[in-house]
Amino acid sequence: MTEAQVHDPRLRELAAGPLDAARVLGFAREHGVPLVSDDRVTFIYYGAAQQVHLRHWIYGLPGNQPFSRLGETDLWYREVELPENSRVEYKIEVVKDGRGHWMLDPLNPRRAHDPFGANSVCHGVGYRRPDWTLPQPGTREGTLDAVRIKSRAFGAERLVPLYLPARYRKTGRYPLLVVHDGSDYVDYANLKVVLDNLIDRLEIPPLIAALSNPEDRLVEYPGDPRHARHLTEELVPHLEAHLPVIRRPDARGIVGASFGAVASLYTAWRYPGFYGRMLLQSGSFAFTDIGPHSRSREFDPVVSFINAFRKNPGRPSERAFVSCGTYESLIYENRSMVPFFQKIGLNVRFVEARDGHNWENWRDRLREGLSWLFPGPLWMTYE
Amino acid sequence: MTVKQTALETVWPPRDVLPMTPRVTLLGPQRFMPTVGAVVQELGLAGPFALITAGWQVRETEDEELRAAIGGTAVNLGIYDEANAVYREDKELHLAIRARQTQLRELQELYRLRLDHAMDAAYRLVRITDKEEAILGPERESALEMVRSIDRHHLARVGELRAQHDARYRPLEREALARRREAIAQRIHDAEAVFIAGGHVAVLLNRLRLFDLAPILHHKPVIAWSAGAMAVSDRVVLFHDAPPQGRGHAEVLDRGLALCNGVLPLPHASQRLALDDATRVGLFARRFFDLRSVALDPEVRIDWVPPRWLPGAGVRQLTRNGIAAWSADEEASQ
Repeated sequence: MTEAQVHDPRLRELAAGPLDAARVLGFAREHGVPLVSDDRVTFIYYGAAQQVHLRHWIYGLPGNQPFSRLGETDLWYREVELPENSRVEYKIEVVKDGRGHWMLDPLNPRRAHDPFGANSVCHGVGYRRPDWTLPQPGTREGTLDAVRIKSRAFGAERLVPLYLPARYRKTGRYPLLVVHDGSDYVDYANLKVVLDNLIDRLEIPPLIAALSNPEDRLVEYPGDPRHARHLTEELVPHLEAHLPVIRRPDARGIVGASFGAVASLYTAWRYPGFYGRMLLQSGSFAFTDIGPHSRSREFDPVVSFINAFRKNPGRPSERAFVSCGTYESLIYENRSMVPFFQKIGLNVRFVEARDGHNWENWRDRLREGLSWLFPGPLWMTYE
Repeated sequence: MTVKQTALETVWPPRDVLPMTPRVTLLGPQRFMPTVGAVVQELGLAGPFALITAGWQVRETEDEELRAAIGGTAVNLGIYDEANAVYREDKELHLAIRARQTQLRELQELYRLRLDHAMDAAYRLVRITDKEEAILGPERESALEMVRSIDRHHLARVGELRAQHDARYRPLEREALARRREAIAQRIHDAEAVFIAGGHVAVLLNRLRLFDLAPILHHKPVIAWSAGAMAVSDRVVLFHDAPPQGRGHAEVLDRGLALCNGVLPLPHASQRLALDDATRVGLFARRFFDLRSVALDPEVRIDWVPPRWLPGAGVRQLTRNGIAAWSADEEASQ
């Protein structure tokens, strides 16, 4: 492998001195790794290896980005162009004895978690984690509860966690959010903290969220009528009967990311007008105009549904917030769905972010999405 | 550069001359750093007190913390619930008020449409730096005057709608309302001072107006904060420089009760406004040039002791040159 030019002056300074693990670690603590400059980042790895690769999830860039070795040292680096406000998740692959081993970046403490584990995170210039995604002192906190629903649709009992807002009262009246992968939203997108903060800041009204979780996601989410029936004919009526939720479409939202967005759209499509608000994040809206699709087999039912929806859309909802990362392949499908949604009469807001198909991307879009779908009393309220 | 007041800024019509209120004390938000108890002690108030917490809406009666803070005997006037009782009893009035509120909301949306464009133009002009002042200055001033003109028009239209409604339905002469107003007036009469808390400013203002409490409150010391402070002032302006939705241009909502004059209270200003942006602050101050725009942050206190304001320690105001202190010395010299 040829040695690439070292652009970052900090790395050049590091390379000019004696290299050992302690010095590299100190350097990483001092400067933060990856090294971020105006429009590029430099990834660094220190250790014995035959090869080192950057493994990332940026659609459009080659998935395997080889590092360069600095002379005969154990210092490896890779420079990548990265536009401002980007947020990228990655791993480092280290090849030893002919075998590759994927690992979290040992020099970067920043991590993002998801149901499959964790990734290292790189923040481009300008990206800052929004303060409303973190617990804020003085914020009134909501609570998590749960209900058990006997589902005829699935022939089994379902446990559905609930989010109740701070200062919840049985005599109040609350909008209802039905959230797909609800527990993952709480665990990986900080949904509870986000709701607490946005409600406390008056940016959304106090609301109740049903944090629905699937038993078999790949079966239930991409166009399963049992799922739509369970949510609409079982879960929501149960909540309306037992909790003070507002029984109007404009106070009823359905939320999902990836296949969860497909499930949201499918459910709204099966019950047009029931859910007046949709929040669709990085929807796996694969479709075909002709011939077979090129995605994995799991997408077969998705493509069947989206093709059917495009043929006979009806008007599933009134208002939709659609977001997608520009570093995910689904950006093309999501972009193409926006004019289609508009054509069938939905009031749509579409937001792109320089991020990938991950929970923190979905977390960072929640303020804009929720406050548009459910505007809070911020403008009128001065406590 | 110091921005001078221009002749055009004198166009705004003079404020109504109101009877003198004994004292109006405006406080910053009370949620995290309550100061109302100390104010009660400092003013030597012992009670009984009257509370107005209508801005809290359905939580109107959850006033335990407030009662504990002020001490003494206090009665909550309950005007949010009282209004609902009037609506239940007088269906015609209720329907008429709902229709009027719909009209007011529509009017606010139309105003916002016009305002957004006018404010965008004013901002663009104020941020131009590569042109001569002789060319640029009058254009900037004209753009700002357009904004003021839209504000004035809106305020006049809101007043017209309210006047039409009152002339047609004569709410104060209706039995359900008149009876409750009399009872509320008696409770205010029995109180040594009235406390008006924050919350939803339109809800609060509408309830205060429904029972026409301004003439009654004019005879009592009033201590108000947040939305309460906005509602008792001349004019109610909604503001937030960075809301999650919308352009963030401050909007005139309505006239207030005008229990005190000449100040535009801006609760949570440090949180809601970009006070370190001298351009935005200057534009705000020049737009509302006829009022002193005061940052009503936590622990801030200003007292209206007619005909003079007494600013407490650390009070800041929005001026045409940015954020600045408002001192008692400055006030005394005027």
